[in-house]
Amino acid sequence: MFPEAFAYYAAHTLDEALDYVDQYGYDAKILAGGQSLLPLMKLRLAAPAVLIDINAVAELTGVTETDGQLHLGALTRHSTMEFGCWPQHPLVAEAAQQIADPIVRNRGTVAGSLAHADPAADWGAVLLALNARVEVRDKHQSRAMPMREFFIDTFTTALQPTEIITRVEIPAPPAFGYVGGHYYKLERKVGDFAVVGVAVTATLDQGGRVLSAGIGLSAVGTTSLKATGAEEILVGQRLTPELISEAAQVAASESSPFGDRRGSEEYKRAMVQVFVERGLLAIAEGGSRVTVHSA
Amino acid sequence: MEKVESRAEVPVTLTINGETRTALAESRTLLAYFIRENLELTGTHVGCDTTSCGACTVLVDGVPVKSCTMLAVQADGHVVETVEGLDKDGVLHPLQQAFWDNHGLQCGFCTPGMLMTSLALLRKNPNVTEDVVRHAISGNLCRCTGYVNIVKSVIEAGQKMALEEV
Ligand SMILES: Cc1cc2nc3c(=O)[nH]c(=O)nc-3n(C[C@H](O)[C@H](O)[C@H](O)COP(=O)(O)OP(=O)(O)OC[C@H]3O[C@@H](n4cnc5c(N)ncnc54)[C@H](O)[C@@H]3O)c2cc1C
Ligand code: FES
Ligand code: FES
Repeated sequence: MFPEAFAYYAAHTLDEALDYVDQYGYDAKILAGGQSLLPLMKLRLAAPAVLIDINAVAELTGVTETDGQLHLGALTRHSTMEFGCWPQHPLVAEAAQQIADPIVRNRGTVAGSLAHADPAADWGAVLLALNARVEVRDKHQSRAMPMREFFIDTFTTALQPTEIITRVEIPAPPAFGYVGGHYYKLERKVGDFAVVGVAVTATLDQGGRVLSAGIGLSAVGTTSLKATGAEEILVGQRLTPELISEAAQVAASESSPFGDRRGSEEYKRAMVQVFVERGLLAIAEGGSRVTVHSA
Repeated sequence: MEKVESRAEVPVTLTINGETRTALAESRTLLAYFIRENLELTGTHVGCDTTSCGACTVLVDGVPVKSCTMLAVQADGHVVETVEGLDKDGVLHPLQQAFWDNHGLQCGFCTPGMLMTSLALLRKNPNVTEDVVRHAISGNLCRCTGYVNIVKSVIEAGQKMALEEV
């Protein structure tokens, strides 16, 4: 299989890439890891006239940490997040190692996953839970938006055709207290997209009270979802079994899955509840239990 | 490669198994087909052609990549390694020998990809456990062996490579 013919322009600087997207707009697609775009093009489900390869743009690479805040260049590969060591952000590595398979993770990028906006992708839920921000830029200006304003619909984001994602910012957790985070993914087989995915993170003060909480959901709606109602219930409280159970129920009611051959609507909702409960219990126990995935 | 117009054929130059080679490719030519058809190195296999099976795995600048899901023009100026680069003067690479000795292959279709993924793993750290190997090759599907002998082969090859390094 091979794609429809296209013009290929490799950018070496961000300015060059921005000039290209400005010039070609709707006719062009950015090529990052190519792990979503090229399969679509091979199946002729996408046929852009121009591909703008950003792999050589050094300004878009690298992960830096300042005061606990993580700045991810748009070209950050899934494997970089899998093997990086950021103890203040336990959720990122645990989630990264569950995306696709190791070879796809060597190429696929965080920003590419966000721009593709598959509701079953993993980064969307994780970065919603972490209250991340997305920085985008066109030829004239840059803007940043919280993750919760980024996804519009399935495969549709707030990104304009003349814009490029330049960075993803993950805020620092509170300077004191305990940070916990887990990602649970129900998959039919290793390396598959989620049937249901749940990202849970919370920071607790020394008395065990929740300072902040984040819950993101994959594959249970038209976009990745943020369970804001469940998050609100948790803040300021202690993680008692009753509170955890209530938050898990609320999160399940905030999901809106579709029944398909991977599971019925009821089943997927029930799995959201189970995973939110499991994640919060693990955080309450202070457990840094390594949970690869469950099913 | 800077600019390739639609349907134009351009020379792509890369270092493959230590040798610099040039051949023509269109922008839409996938690396797997470039290697197999244009460079006539058919050791790299195309299995699923949908980024799932890993049979087409090659190393680009030392990193395992599914070559059915990368453009040939993206490899211009880069270093590519394929299964043909493993043996030296007719002597099998420790990985190849270990697959031979342990029946790490049956039909052999998945083997080039298995070998290249395992090579990158063992170069990083030759002392691997079963768990580490199983995770590392989870993007390479084998329909024949049931993986047990593949995992055994990779562990044994690692032990041999560790000794050779000392
Ligand atoms: C076999 C297989 C299994 C997979 N399993 C999973 C899984 O379990 N979970 C999961 O989350 N994902 C999975 N994926 C998808 C994978 O994570 C992709 O890497 C990711 O979705 C896209 O990232 P990319 O860098 O490859 O983007 P590309 O394929 O290069 O691009 C995807 C889209 O994003 C746009 N884009 C890319 N970068 C930018 C940017 N900086 N600014 C603006 N637009 C941009 C492109 O134009 C394109 O429209 C799987 C893929 C495969 C092939
Ligand atoms: S042929 Fe490339 S992954 Fe199967
Ligand atoms: S040996 Fe036949 S597919 Fe692996």
